[in-house]
Amino acid sequence: MSSKIYITGMGMISAIGNNVAESLASLENSNSGIGTLENIRSRHKAIIPVGEIKASNEELTAMAGLLPEQQSTRTALLGLIAVQEALKTAGITDIKEFRTGIISSTSVGGMGTTENHWYEYLDKEKTGPWLKYIEAHECGDSTEFIADKIGIKDYLSTISTACSSSANAIMFGARLIKHGILDRVVVGGTDSMTRFTINGFMALMILDKEKCKPFDSDRQGLNLGEGAGFFVIESEKSAKGKEILAELSGYGNSNDAFHQTASSPDGAGAYLAMEKAFKVSGLKPTDIDYINAHGTGTSINDLSEGTAIDKLFSKNVPNISSTKAFTGHTLAACAAIEGIFSVLAIKHNMIFPNLNYVNPMTELSFKPTTTLEKGKKINHVLSNSFGFGGNTSALIFSRHQ
Amino acid sequence: MEYKNYINTFCSIKNGTVSIDGSISFEDKTLPAADFIKLVYKHFQISYPKFYKMDQLSRLAFVVSELILKNNPITLKNEDADIAIIIANSASSLETDEEHQRNISDKNNYFASPAVFVYTLPNILIGEIAIRNSIKGENTFFIFDKFDADFMSSYINSLLNSNKIKCCITGWVDFYENKYEAFLYTVEKEKGILSLEHTSDQLKKIYNN
Amino acid sequence: MDALIDQLKGEIIEQLNLEDLKKEDIDNEAPLFGEGLGLDSIDALELIVLLEKNYGIKVANPADGKKIFQSIRTMAEFIEANKK
Repeated sequence: MSSKIYITGMGMISAIGNNVAESLASLENSNSGIGTLENIRSRHKAIIPVGEIKASNEELTAMAGLLPEQQSTRTALLGLIAVQEALKTAGITDIKEFRTGIISSTSVGGMGTTENHWYEYLDKEKTGPWLKYIEAHECGDSTEFIADKIGIKDYLSTISTACSSSANAIMFGARLIKHGILDRVVVGGTDSMTRFTINGFMALMILDKEKCKPFDSDRQGLNLGEGAGFFVIESEKSAKGKEILAELSGYGNSNDAFHQTASSPDGAGAYLAMEKAFKVSGLKPTDIDYINAHGTGTSINDLSEGTAIDKLFSKNVPNISSTKAFTGHTLAACAAIEGIFSVLAIKHNMIFPNLNYVNPMTELSFKPTTTLEKGKKINHVLSNSFGFGGNTSALIFSRHQ
Repeated sequence: MEYKNYINTFCSIKNGTVSIDGSISFEDKTLPAADFIKLVYKHFQISYPKFYKMDQLSRLAFVVSELILKNNPITLKNEDADIAIIIANSASSLETDEEHQRNISDKNNYFASPAVFVYTLPNILIGEIAIRNSIKGENTFFIFDKFDADFMSSYINSLLNSNKIKCCITGWVDFYENKYEAFLYTVEKEKGILSLEHTSDQLKKIYNN
Repeated sequence: MDALIDQLKGEIIEQLNLEDLKKEDIDNEAPLFGEGLGLDSIDALELIVLLEKNYGIKVANPADGKKIFQSIRTMAEFIEANKK
């Protein structure tokens, strides 16, 4: 049993960098990864900007140190690259040294690959090496692929709760450690860009035709992104003697119970999730130095989330920003990626800017931080992630004392 | 630290049969999956117009949830935030994913349907149950090869034993290509209608019933 | 106009899966959203798709839907005015 959850490793890949160091540099220099869609064919290419990783699946395969014939789906490859980095920073060379598990999450799974071969799949006469991707379609396959490549056998699970998926994976991993089931867990999420999601979000009419502007009164929607983010979280036992990057001190999840996709106007689910995270951590809202908001840039999310934050913090909101304008909305991966940004905020005493913000929302008491702030001591960071289906999650990251 | 939790009601819908607490309460083996689920909705006189807007997976989950909550109305005795919904399946939302894919793959007749896309996530079915009953507790959706009684019992028991929640609606809901299987049950800290101890063995027994 | 209204009712019932409803249940003037048919934001998006798919009319801004979808009659009038 371990009462504390130590973060000893983290790895990520997204439109702003292929690893944590590159991502930090982009955050510091306000280099957004939002741009034109290049890797996949789409009739919406000219209309919607996206946060895309500028590497082909072949290049990602090489980046992950795999042979060409070992190539898997884009979702699995992104996940593996982030996991490899997380294990490296955690200094894990022998995976069998402790009871180790992996809880991954994804919303699209192998969808991107399936849609590339869709017409070939439909033709019963055709055959080719792509047939192996039929089995790679389902959400659990990317987790199995990653676990197989890094040798995790003790415990494996996949969560799919839309855009809060990786927050729930992190939370589940933490519980496995607290209950003494595992000593350390690789937790996070991965999602690749697909026509499937682009078309779906187009139909929901919540994609901004320009770069997204979270918390701006003139916000027009979100930008889709892709990426993967993973942590290595450990118990006191297995983390002994290691550098602790931060602690995961709180987590909470609830359901908004309002609408299939739209958040409730008062942010009831968001409020409950944050409240639970505070309860687990034993912290008070006044302890929080920075909030990394879900802040997608849609009219409904930002109002709902902002209203819940205003209520919980009694309109005394600390520094807050959404980093979605850097990476785009990376769906199942966003909670883990933004969790990494939260740890970086603690490690480097930095608050990352909420890009593209101009006009305050009259409904909210606060304005987000719009330029990089350095020097203020950051001890506790709250990070929110909310998904369709009303699934709302909140995580609290704290400086290791 | 020896806590016991109890399964107080369970319901399954599979192979044209609805069973509540282990006894068959409705049967029709002639209909395809979608028609059968609609018939179950009508047979049990459930009235919720939004039912027809749901995809097949959500409809199936919704109907089973209505039946167990009618039998054991835990929402009346518990706070919204103390009730969890934890569900798993194997096919995720594949049935509806394919429908969305068909909508966007016909180059000449190309219209993504927002109402279809909404259901391309498996956890939307949890949202539907939550909306209907205003349940605001913890909720998660897992993807497994098959119903995993060991995992489900230990996961739910640990949630209950750590006082994160007071009760839970949980189980398995799968729908793909006319094949369907739903098995939901309630778990509480207190004894109730059935008072079956929530252990992996007990779960296997009632699941295979 | 009456023929269009009748056709539109059938299309709406089908597109929005309003299985409990018949054409005659829908009042030409009654509000489609809120108290009337009880449609929601996803239904509004679905109606935007219906306009494009069946009538070739593009609605770029979902906020415009509010006016267009006040009732079956306003929707029919909008189609008459914009049909290609």
